[in-house]
Amino acid sequence: MISAPDVVAFTKEDDYEEEPYNEPALPEEYSVPLFPFATQGANPWSKLSGAKFSRDFILISEFSEQVGPQPLLTIPNDTKVFGTFDLNYFSLRIMSVDYQASFVGHPPGSAYPKLNFVEDSKVVLGDSKEGAFAYVHHLTLYDLEARGFVRPFCMAYISADQHKIMQQFQELSAEFSKASECLKTGNRKAFAGELEKKLKDLDYTRTVLHTETEIQKKANDRGFYSSQAIEKANELASVEKSIIEHQDLLKQIRSYPHRKLKGSDLCSGEMEHSRDQVNQASTTSNPDEPADTDLYTRRPAYTPKLIKAKPTKCFDKKLKTLEELCDTEYFTQTLAQLSHIEHMFRGDLCYLLTSHIDRALLKQQHITNFLFEDFVEVDDRVVEKQESIPSKPSQDRPPSRSLEECPIPKVLISVGSYKSSVESVLIKMEQELGDEEYKEVEVTESGSFDPQENLDYLDMDMKGSISSGESIEVLGTEKSTSVLSKSDSQSSLTVPLSPQVVRSKAVSHRTISEDSIEVLSTCPSEALIPDDFKASYPSAINEEESYADDNEGAIHFRASISPPELGEAEEGSLEDTPSQIDSSCCIGKESDGQLVPLSTPAHTEDSVVSIPPQRYRQDQEFHVDFAVENTNPSSRDNSCEGFPAYELDPSHLLASRDVSKTSLDNYSDSTSYMSSIASTSSDRALSSAHSASLSSERHKKRAGQNALKFIRQYPFAHPAIYSLLSGRTLVVLGEDEAIVRKLVTALSIFVPNYGRYAKPVKHWVSSPLHIMDFQKWKLIGLQRVASPANASTLHALGRYSRYTSILDLDNKTLRCPLYRGTLVPRLADHRTQIKRGSTYYLHVQSMLTQLCSKAFLYTFCHHLHLPPHDKEAEELLASRQASFLKLNLGLVNEDIRVVQYLAELLKLHYMQESPGTSRPMLRFDYVPSFLYKI
Amino acid sequence: MPRGQTWGGKYKRRHRGIAQAAGGGRARAQLSLTGAWTRPDSAAARMLRWLIGGGREPPGLAEKSPLQTVGEEQTQNPYTELLVLKAHHDIVRFLVQLDNYRFASAGDDGLVVVWNAQTGEKLLELSGHTQKITAIITFPSLESCEEKNQLILTASADRTVIVWDSDTGRQVRRVSCFQSTVKCLIVLQRLDVWLSGGNDLCVWNRKLDLLCKTSHLSDTGISTLVEIPKNCVVAAVGKELIIFKLVAPTDGSPKWDILEVKRLLDHKDNILSLVNVSDLSFVTGSHVGELIIWDVLDWTVQAYERNFWDPSPQLDTQQEIKLCQKQNDISIHHFTCDEENVFAAVGRGLYVYNLQMKCVIACQKTAHDSNVLHIAKLPNRQLISCSEDGSVRIWELREKQQLAAEPVPTGFFNMWGFGRVNKQASQPVKKQQENATSCSLELIGDLIGHSSSVEMFLYFEDHGLVTCSADHLIILWKNGERESGLRSLKLFQKLEENGDLYLAV
Repeated sequence: MISAPDVVAFTKEDDYEEEPYNEPALPEEYSVPLFPFATQGANPWSKLSGAKFSRDFILISEFSEQVGPQPLLTIPNDTKVFGTFDLNYFSLRIMSVDYQASFVGHPPGSAYPKLNFVEDSKVVLGDSKEGAFAYVHHLTLYDLEARGFVRPFCMAYISADQHKIMQQFQELSAEFSKASECLKTGNRKAFAGELEKKLKDLDYTRTVLHTETEIQKKANDRGFYSSQAIEKANELASVEKSIIEHQDLLKQIRSYPHRKLKGSDLCSGEMEHSRDQVNQASTTSNPDEPADTDLYTRRPAYTPKLIKAKPTKCFDKKLKTLEELCDTEYFTQTLAQLSHIEHMFRGDLCYLLTSHIDRALLKQQHITNFLFEDFVEVDDRVVEKQESIPSKPSQDRPPSRSLEECPIPKVLISVGSYKSSVESVLIKMEQELGDEEYKEVEVTESGSFDPQENLDYLDMDMKGSISSGESIEVLGTEKSTSVLSKSDSQSSLTVPLSPQVVRSKAVSHRTISEDSIEVLSTCPSEALIPDDFKASYPSAINEEESYADDNEGAIHFRASISPPELGEAEEGSLEDTPSQIDSSCCIGKESDGQLVPLSTPAHTEDSVVSIPPQRYRQDQEFHVDFAVENTNPSSRDNSCEGFPAYELDPSHLLASRDVSKTSLDNYSDSTSYMSSIASTSSDRALSSAHSASLSSERHKKRAGQNALKFIRQYPFAHPAIYSLLSGRTLVVLGEDEAIVRKLVTALSIFVPNYGRYAKPVKHWVSSPLHIMDFQKWKLIGLQRVASPANASTLHALGRYSRYTSILDLDNKTLRCPLYRGTLVPRLADHRTQIKRGSTYYLHVQSMLTQLCSKAFLYTFCHHLHLPPHDKEAEELLASRQASFLKLNLGLVNEDIRVVQYLAELLKLHYMQESPGTSRPMLRFDYVPSFLYKI
Repeated sequence: MPRGQTWGGKYKRRHRGIAQAAGGGRARAQLSLTGAWTRPDSAAARMLRWLIGGGREPPGLAEKSPLQTVGEEQTQNPYTELLVLKAHHDIVRFLVQLDNYRFASAGDDGLVVVWNAQTGEKLLELSGHTQKITAIITFPSLESCEEKNQLILTASADRTVIVWDSDTGRQVRRVSCFQSTVKCLIVLQRLDVWLSGGNDLCVWNRKLDLLCKTSHLSDTGISTLVEIPKNCVVAAVGKELIIFKLVAPTDGSPKWDILEVKRLLDHKDNILSLVNVSDLSFVTGSHVGELIIWDVLDWTVQAYERNFWDPSPQLDTQQEIKLCQKQNDISIHHFTCDEENVFAAVGRGLYVYNLQMKCVIACQKTAHDSNVLHIAKLPNRQLISCSEDGSVRIWELREKQQLAAEPVPTGFFNMWGFGRVNKQASQPVKKQQENATSCSLELIGDLIGHSSSVEMFLYFEDHGLVTCSADHLIILWKNGERESGLRSLKLFQKLEENGDLYLAV
């Protein structure tokens, strides 16, 4: 049963939206009950209510053919995190909803076992008793020794906050897909290697058998064969057959569509890695088939073994660990990705969403946002995309209300966008949203069918129809061993790089059959769910028809998102299958009509409400907009082909957004951070975002605090900050490196960036400064040494004094130009009531954003820079600029210089062809400096 | 002179100025880091001393003190933006303008780099020389010629001359048959030939065929070459000036020939600089401070100013005008001229010699801390000088109002030159000098950027100033305001290109 309602305060539900803000007395029914878990912590966020675990974590489980569902590891691997939470039980829960189309075996009409490259399934399930909600990502890995060659696994993001999972579904899905793809890529590689070994073994066996047969033939020349000889011949035949089968399997695994790999963008690191390998092996330009082959064929020499005719007892067999299945390297990367996910989703939902909106809005300010935001772009490609596709808000999952509030400068509406709006077709709109929207969706639904989408449906259809409770029990092939054995093969997982991620788990060995799904029913009472709560979800659900029987206990809803154009190639054979799954009809079937009102699309039978959160669509513009975004990348960009944009983009958004996570995070343990960095070293896309964002985040808070301290401590903070804002290099001179570094870090929040990359800040220099340094750096920490070497340092400083302001920490003096503006006093008020570093940081950010907008206005006002008539004198132009700055922007004295400097940066940034190549020039003024003392 | 001291002094002075300007409200200006160099003279007093010629100063101080400084507030200095260009690995010695927006730099690393003066972008890097480059010159293209592109000729200490295509960077031709290092190059565009001067003088055509050459002239070699009318060139070889006549092929003699016409032996020491002044005259300057203006047609001395810059130590009578004590300090490194004046870089000083009046009309005896290496006259009566002290200074030639009435008719140098002036006479003489310097060179700005000697600079009307230095750098100095305007212009152009610019209704 869903326990969510009891923790839902009216923070953001639509039902409460109409409540006037200033209503003095709240009606009784709306009053928020006192926080029920107040005894556990002082504030509602300190402890996730009711849950047995202290914070969100990621669990990897396997449905072992020997022991049934078992937890393998958690991230973070800290018993404190999940506390008394029963991992075994929960593993059982989450594995039981796997319905994957792990269809391996002899399909009718096929001579050989067929591998099926199934898509992962993504479901959300909840368990109110445990207070746990989980995003569950099922995937199948291949194992030659496993039954049906498959090993079902799942990764689950477990949180006590249901809304968090719902709202972040897309992001979670995207991120977990990356991890999954990483695992699967490694697995394919390992599987191919395994197959090759096996083939060699078989080949060897065949040779041996053949020789033996020949010997026997020679030995008996009577013209008929002994039974022994016949047996040998049979054996030989079976080996032959086995060889053919394995060859076929190898071919299948190798022919895993490379396009899919390329398009997936899941683990670019891996892809690059594999491409590197390819390049090493051969320089063929054809990236497809040969590349893949190369990838799989490059193996160390292997000595073949004789294969016994009878397979070994399967109970004796030790199943491969996850690491063995996936190639250590890929496994490590996956773990890194998972801990990255864990970092990403730390914190309260509101916080995640707010910062999400923040980021999204910031992204739209693409002309000015580079100045003061440490905006970590994950990938250049994304940047390009960002530029080519007008920035759209639709990737964000914030409530649409807030999105509507934000002015969106460019809304692209394209008629062609309907083409790929399959996703929206599948979305059953919430009734609340009103008939109008509903209709609109319907229209889309009916109007947008074309063969292409049929395929998409097919894709889904296939997955859906095959999946069932039995899917775990896949038919074994001849080779597959059919007996389970007691094994704790998974307990030997070790990871060299990150000790914290791997968790050895003592497994309780239970025999679990498919019945286990029934076991899952926990909270049978449907009536506990208030109807209005259910209705409040804009649920877009595509349910599995065939699953209906089994889901008494745990109902899951498929994330009804099927990647457009995906699987066109591999599922071409199924083209004729009629596409049946229609969101409306499917829902109709699903709702058994007992207690659930028919109008409620959210299908909530028992303990699980799993509604893949869909984007709110409240107006058409929005909708269309969204659809465009999905079309463009796939049609235009080859590398994005095969996967819809949402799988690419939110992740990037998130990666950069991750910046803001940790400040809320009470657990930000540096070790896990470090290890994740270490382990992601090979994964550029991941680690760059990761490290930069996290470190900068950490610094933000501290920098804010130290900046605040600086402002309070030094009466001449204003001219110093003015120097930074106006692009005059500030040299912080001091003996103690730590102190200098600290102050430099603190002051760096005032330094405008040249471009999107690193701030022009040099924390510590001990050699004499050079003119190049002033061109490059705007804030420099300089070592003062008590030696003759100091003389040259100081001499250089004196020589270039016109380009610098010098803050002498040891003598507490500042030498810099006069400042008489009004901007900096507001920015850095030493009597400010702000106490916390992060608050101050935000204050600074908001002030600077305001400043940026002024600079933007000034830069892009046509008439200020270009005379309407050619004849107009330059003086007139200058005076117009001056009056604009003064009267329209309200700038006085030196503030003008700040805006002018920012304007120059904006111009340079806008004009530069490719980001990052701008050549910073050194601008300076011939103004007298003054010496300030405390 | 130790630079640190001077700079320290400057620094200190500035701070005093600041303290005065800031008034009592501010803390007393005393930056701790300047503590090392304190010198107790006031800038005002120094300025005064400089104005009256520094006569009464003790010799030791006189050397340092007259350096004029300009404060941090330089309202007339237009260069408020700079761009450091780095491509060379050794001293950058030469800059040559290719066209309106390009220039080439060459240095001791044997590299020639072509730059865009507007953006500071490195366009080409020409590498071919194995040793330092000793001369660089451009060979403008001829319309008639099939090779349209402008050529760059470079001579190097590796005894080669390479011809480059300035547009493609291609090495067009290479000559390596030289007996000695080519120290100077000159192009006679009229004849479409170029000359290389080393130990001998060779004449080449555009295709790099050796047309003719002189015999071995001297081991020191030709240091400078200047073209004068009547197909003649003047070569400075040590103390001598040699006039050569170039005989172009005629019907009678199909061969080129070069003849030595005359040797002029008037200089007492090595000739360091040789410049064409006008159509009528050229000027030479020597290591011991002799300035001779020659007639360009009959090669006679028009004016011979030597002793002003030759205060031999035993002549105590000239203590008052002690300009410099060392030989090096009076050597004439460079000339530049306009219609009226010859500007000479003499030691650390700058002198303006009026051709009409045949006298020095303005001087700045200690314009820099160290030798002035290159000077140039800008159209707007401004003079730019660069020096071994690493600075570039901008001067303005201003008329002294009160003294404009009576120019001295005869060169007063002569009056000084023969030691007739004794101590008693010194006072009126000085007056005379003051009268004579009817103009003054006012420092209006300085450009501090290089950390070592500034070898040369190049002035672009549209793009500012390019300086090259022994610190391996080239700095592009620009007018910040103008650049800002240009950027705005470009910005709106780009907006328009992108279709983001709409006309307000």
